[in-house]
Amino acid sequence: MDILQIVLLGIVASILYIILKDTNSSFAFFLIIVTSIIIFLAIIHQIGIIFEMIQELGRNANVEGLYMETILKIIGIAYIAELGASLTKEAGLGAVAKNIELAGKIFIILLAVPIITAVIEAIVSFLPSV
Amino acid sequence: MFTDAQVLFQIAGIGIIVALIHTILKQMGKEEIAQFATLIGFIIVLVIVINGLSDLFNQIKSVFLF
Repeated sequence: MDILQIVLLGIVASILYIILKDTNSSFAFFLIIVTSIIIFLAIIHQIGIIFEMIQELGRNANVEGLYMETILKIIGIAYIAELGASLTKEAGLGAVAKNIELAGKIFIILLAVPIITAVIEAIVSFLPSV
Repeated sequence: MFTDAQVLFQIAGIGIIVALIHTILKQMGKEEIAQFATLIGFIIVLVIVINGLSDLFNQIKSVFLF
């Protein structure tokens, strides 16, 4: 049962964090980073399997490869931005966390530009030409 | 998974020991050496964390098709 291991890891990490917080707060922060890294490394294999399945479904449905790739990249950017933002917020830098979130949103929009233009072109082609 | 949890205890142990050394050296009146001990412990942990972080980012890059 992987989920039990992950939950236990989180509990152990929080106990160690409480012990370490008063004596050495910088080490406690490293503890948080390492815990999030370990948990993500534990689930990344499963994420890969899910993505394989999504791509297979997209291939069967004849969805263009570019679109699937864009969606996966957007999920990746969202995850990394979320991780960085929560870590910086944990360290007490709320303004930097907000900026990281903004950067993530901007990059997501940038990646979605080809899809948005394709949608707009499709709508325009439906309009009757004058 | 077990080896992963070991890193957690390693960092917590280094933190506690460094805090101990810092306190003892401070009591002995060697303020600057205490600072150096803390700094070196910090660097050791930083190396561990940076290794993990680069591992994580490489994994994300390979899974999310960057």
